[in-house]
Amino acid sequence: MELNVNGVTHPISSSPLTSLLEVLRQELGIVSPKVGCRQGACGTCTVLVDGEPRRACLVAVATLQGAEVTTLEGLGTAPDGLAPVQEAFHAGYAAQCGYCTPGMLMAAHALIQRAGGPVYREQVIEALSGHICRCTGYVKIVDAVIAASRGQVDSAEFDQLLRPEPSEPEIEVKGSPA
Amino acid sequence: MRASDTEVLTPGSAAQAVEAFGDGRGITVFAGGTILMPEIAAGRYPRGGRTLMLDRAGLDQLDQLGGDGTVAIGAMVPLSKLAGSRIEPLAAAAREVGDLEIRAQATIGGNLCAPPAAESPRGDLQAALLAMGARVRSAGKAGERTESVEDFLARSEDETRLVLAIEVDKPRRASYLSLRRPHAHSYAAMTVACAQNDGNGGVRVAAGGVAPRAKRLHGVERALAEGASGEDAAARALDEVDPQDDALASAWYRRNVLPTLITRALEQLQGG
Ligand SMILES: Cc1cc2nc3c(=O)[nH]c(=O)nc-3n(C[C@H](O)[C@H](O)[C@H](O)COP(=O)(O)OP(=O)(O)OC[C@H]3O[C@@H](n4cnc5c(N)ncnc54)[C@H](O)[C@@H]3O)c2cc1C
Ligand code: FES
Ligand code: FES
Repeated sequence: MELNVNGVTHPISSSPLTSLLEVLRQELGIVSPKVGCRQGACGTCTVLVDGEPRRACLVAVATLQGAEVTTLEGLGTAPDGLAPVQEAFHAGYAAQCGYCTPGMLMAAHALIQRAGGPVYREQVIEALSGHICRCTGYVKIVDAVIAASRGQVDSAEFDQLLRPEPSEPEIEVKGSPA
Repeated sequence: MRASDTEVLTPGSAAQAVEAFGDGRGITVFAGGTILMPEIAAGRYPRGGRTLMLDRAGLDQLDQLGGDGTVAIGAMVPLSKLAGSRIEPLAAAAREVGDLEIRAQATIGGNLCAPPAAESPRGDLQAALLAMGARVRSAGKAGERTESVEDFLARSEDETRLVLAIEVDKPRRASYLSLRRPHAHSYAAMTVACAQNDGNGGVRVAAGGVAPRAKRLHGVERALAEGASGEDAAARALDEVDPQDDALASAWYRRNVLPTLITRALEQLQGG
């Protein structure tokens, strides 16, 4: 069969029930989707299939004839071609070890595309609920997605976004948690 | 065993799928794959035989049949579509499954046919389908047939059938409650669904997570029909089911929580 990934068509020799994750990483050498649980439960392997987020470990490659697969490599690359979510993750310190980041970015990008404009916190939490992060505590990830959806992707705008509401008690910031 | 150790069949229509399935011997049906793909990763499947992929067979329609609220749900309809369908209590059950990416891939046929697992109950939609008195249209040995979901779930382990569609009547009142562990990815430890149709039919009550497959609770229904309070009727559930220990909850815990869950679902039904 043939598989279209990031706009390029590849001949595939893996057997039909091989997972998309295995095909991308072993056969095509596209390694942004990470291998986490291989059970659909962690989200780090998430890629887009015809624009919708899917767990690459749960998709049999045979079902993708004629489909368009997009991985992080197809979303944007540094230094100039980053997508808004990628810019916002960078500016907002939304990645630590980075293992969950490819899946988070793909799901967040799909959410912003679907919404076509600013997204609410609840929408982000719902969209990322299948994505596990062991490092960040999620707050900076959710903030970054909201910022990206508003086009506020540089560091100065981030500080603005994260300023407490007038009614919130002031918290003394003691250096960067990173 | 590796993923290559099976012959893959990809029928292009429902009729071809039925023909390829035949009497089902040696065939594994592959729908959304959210259960089967992890089985491959774990090396438990495939064990030879043939795999029937349904992704090109159609079977993904959700059709209104006539004006009386009867709906035919194709076996390949994804749970995301049901979640937004207002076909209660099925929609409520679908909304709670996994997360939005899983719901977009998981099918109703796969949920109905989910093989029981040792670590947790599976098939969270089954109780809702039982409470609705759903009918299952399937093909296999001796051809096509339509039967109640109750009979379908009770068939013998070694009779494999190809589910084509599930028919439901939208109930007049419905409720659904589940006992979940605080993590988006755990299956419900127990599910309870209640429904009452138009006319003078009684309330149907069913529970999942209390047996390998969900069960209708006839004793509870009878008690309600005889005028028992919700709480007294719910207490009868323990005569009909014998829950098991698994990774989500102990049998003891389930026995203690089940009557409360049923009582609350019945209260919700009266209120709604
Ligand atoms: C992260 C994660 C979270 C999950 N959370 C939940 C949850 O909260 N609740 C829940 O109930 N489930 C959950 N699941 C399990 C699963 O997603 C659902 O049960 C789903 O509905 C299964 O459908 P499928 O089409 O993906 O099944 P498949 O994997 O394709 O098939 C499952 C089984 O059904 C059989 N089958 C499928 N279709 C048919 C048919 N038409 N005729 C005959 N046999 C058929 C297959 O042979 C197989 O044995 C979860 C799964 C994952 C990976
Ligand atoms: S590796 Fe696919 S969800 Fe964890
Ligand atoms: S940044 Fe380490 S798992 Fe999310």
